[in-house]
Amino acid sequence: MNTPNKVLVLFAHPRFEKSRVNRVLLRHIEGVPGITVNDLYEEYPLFNVDVGREQALLEGNDVIVWQHPVFMYGAPALMKQWIDMVLEHGWAHGERGDRLKGKMVFNVVTAGGTRETYVPGGRNGYPLRTFLLPFEQTAGLCKMTFLPPLVVHGTYMATDGELERYGRLYRGALERMMREGPSLVEKVGEYEYLNDWPGLGTGEE
Amino acid sequence: MIEFLHDALIYLAAAVVFVPVAKKLGMGSVLGYLIGGIIIGPFFLGFVGKEGKDIMHFAEFGVVMMLFLIGLELEPAHLWKMRRLIVGTGAVQLGGTTLLAFIGFTAIGFKWQAALASALTVSMSSTAMVMQTLREKGLTKCEAGRSAFAVLLFQDISVIPILALLPLMALSSAQKAAEGSTTFLGGLPGWAQTLIFIGAVAAVVMGGRFIVVPFLRFIARVRLRELFTAAALLIVIGAAELMILVGLSPALGTFLAGVVLANSQFRHQLESDIEPFKGVLLGLFFIAVGASINFRLILDNPFTVAGLVAGVIAVKSFVLYITGRLSRLSFDQNAIFSVSLAQVGEFAFVLFAFAAQLGILSERWTDMMMGVTAVSMTATPLLFLLNERMILPRFGVKEVPDERQADHVKGEHRVIIAGFGHFGSTIGRFLRANNIDATILDNDSDRVELLRKMGFKVFYGDATRLDILKSAGADQAKIFIASIDSPEINAELVDKIKAEFPNLTVMVRARNRSDAYDLIDAGMQNIYRESLETSVRLGVDVLIKLGFRKYTATRAGLNFVKYDEAALPVLAAHRHDQEAYIFNTREQIAMQEELLAKDNEENPAINDHAWDAEQTRPRFGTRDPE
Repeated sequence: MNTPNKVLVLFAHPRFEKSRVNRVLLRHIEGVPGITVNDLYEEYPLFNVDVGREQALLEGNDVIVWQHPVFMYGAPALMKQWIDMVLEHGWAHGERGDRLKGKMVFNVVTAGGTRETYVPGGRNGYPLRTFLLPFEQTAGLCKMTFLPPLVVHGTYMATDGELERYGRLYRGALERMMREGPSLVEKVGEYEYLNDWPGLGTGEE
Repeated sequence: MIEFLHDALIYLAAAVVFVPVAKKLGMGSVLGYLIGGIIIGPFFLGFVGKEGKDIMHFAEFGVVMMLFLIGLELEPAHLWKMRRLIVGTGAVQLGGTTLLAFIGFTAIGFKWQAALASALTVSMSSTAMVMQTLREKGLTKCEAGRSAFAVLLFQDISVIPILALLPLMALSSAQKAAEGSTTFLGGLPGWAQTLIFIGAVAAVVMGGRFIVVPFLRFIARVRLRELFTAAALLIVIGAAELMILVGLSPALGTFLAGVVLANSQFRHQLESDIEPFKGVLLGLFFIAVGASINFRLILDNPFTVAGLVAGVIAVKSFVLYITGRLSRLSFDQNAIFSVSLAQVGEFAFVLFAFAAQLGILSERWTDMMMGVTAVSMTATPLLFLLNERMILPRFGVKEVPDERQADHVKGEHRVIIAGFGHFGSTIGRFLRANNIDATILDNDSDRVELLRKMGFKVFYGDATRLDILKSAGADQAKIFIASIDSPEINAELVDKIKAEFPNLTVMVRARNRSDAYDLIDAGMQNIYRESLETSVRLGVDVLIKLGFRKYTATRAGLNFVKYDEAALPVLAAHRHDQEAYIFNTREQIAMQEELLAKDNEENPAINDHAWDAEQTRPRFGTRDPE
């Protein structure tokens, strides 16, 4: 059997202490062997991202997770800063820029609006994945394999029980990626959200 | 009364007229006072006559006050750290000078008692002259300044055994000792005197701690400014009187009292209360020295006096130079050290008079030696100038960097940094790391040499001197950074820059909030407080250690700095609306009170709700930001 894949979670929340949902999500994956959580706002409060350190982290892992809330239809500023600084030309993309080639990457996002509002004509106008297109295209540019996002909708109204369920889903997804690797891509590729894939289960205990 | 007013008028006028002229000519205030004294003295205008001597004795108290102030700035622990320097350099200087001078005086026909008394006396230097000059030049903190201070302190301590020694010599030369010598303890046996000396020192130390501090606290509560000033004077005079009573040097007593009070909360109040008295008295003292120079005596014996002055200064500076070499001073520092202490000090007036009284020295020679003392003191500022303008530039660290060395820094620099101490050096290093070469002005020769070796373009000398500023390129530079350690010199510097080079952008270091207020009043715009960012950064780290998220704590810190900077000009203007404060420290407290009140009004911490899910939750349904 191959050595299990390793996971790097890039987490960005400028006010994590006030975020109930992300707290629950992180609680389920922290301390799991093979998973590294990189808390960007804690690491770089002055936005002075250490490119060398981040690139070394990326090289040492096979599955990359962009975990963040959706603010104004995008990721918090530091996540963008991280992408702009770390994914250098000549390293992540461009000529000879293939250090991330073949790694799996996906978003884990929390959004206040329900899934029903993210439709044409709905309050949020477009499907949520439309707002993640920059991530998807960036992954493509860096020759990474982009997987569907894991999305927690309606965070304001979610009960504690529901949040726990999402936490278990999150952990389950990461564990299967560590075990199965790229073979998973074909199974989930067609779904809009990772949590739509029946193979992941319902997260019920 | 009328006579007193008349004298005061003449002395004060002399000070007010001559000191600014001397300052303008770059000669320093001491020389100004001395020249003023000479001109109003009996041999020129004759405004003052014989009473000059009395005034000199009265004004000597300025020296006593000066030592109190020096003591206030020296914490006991710091003094203890200097003990080796004090004893080492002090003993070499005193021993060496006495020995050589003794040989010299014997050679010109003095009896051995007279030669020894004179030798001991001329080995003393002038605390007043040296400390005043060094402080004015901002040299007290460099090696030369520290060594000079150590020597002066040792000399002050040695006055005690010297005063004890003189009567013994009078006895052995079979002359009748002056009756009832200077102190009422004169008749006691040696061991009892020693015990009383120790008792007096202990009384100052214990009294300072357990009586004076509670007493000052009581006085401070009365809140009458003049009462506190009176109390401060009382302490100084009391310590001096106690010491005189037991036969110790009053300067030493007040110095000790100052050291004891250096740790108390009244330190700054005492400083600001005594300072003006000290300044005026010292000025008077220098004028009186100038006025007391007996030109008749000099004119009658021009070669004797000139020879003695030259001989004394040569011997003293030679021994000082050796002393400096032994304590490994570099050439420049050693030159400053040797020149600064080469005069005969004010103690000589006392010691020569005492020796005459004991019959050790003849009346004529006493007059002659006092003349030599006064002339040598007058020569000091001139020697300083000579050293500064002729000797150091030629043989020491050059004022202006070598062409050869300046070559590799192409063209004029856009940035000038004045003062490369803790503060300025960080700026210089940071700029250099970013390929901005700055021209540096500094007055510590050791530092200048090091920096030049490291390839910096450094101008050596007093940054407030116009010629140095010009040769450093102040008229072509873009930015001038005033980061000198002494707030007074720094303030003087920015005033000068503003007047002479109005196009330069001046960025100035302020030690604290009150310095910043003063700089705002002086019209400065770019003011950087040493204490602000660092303390806020510490506060941010406290929040983090208490469990705050780093980003939240960092934002709180940034906001606080922004808020505090914005409040600065507002509060600075507001300061003038207030009634005059009773005490300096009262002003500090009032300033803090005002700040804290303002903090309560508008919480400078996190006052936004950015990214806070809890805050947007109640509004859910109408908007959907997350």
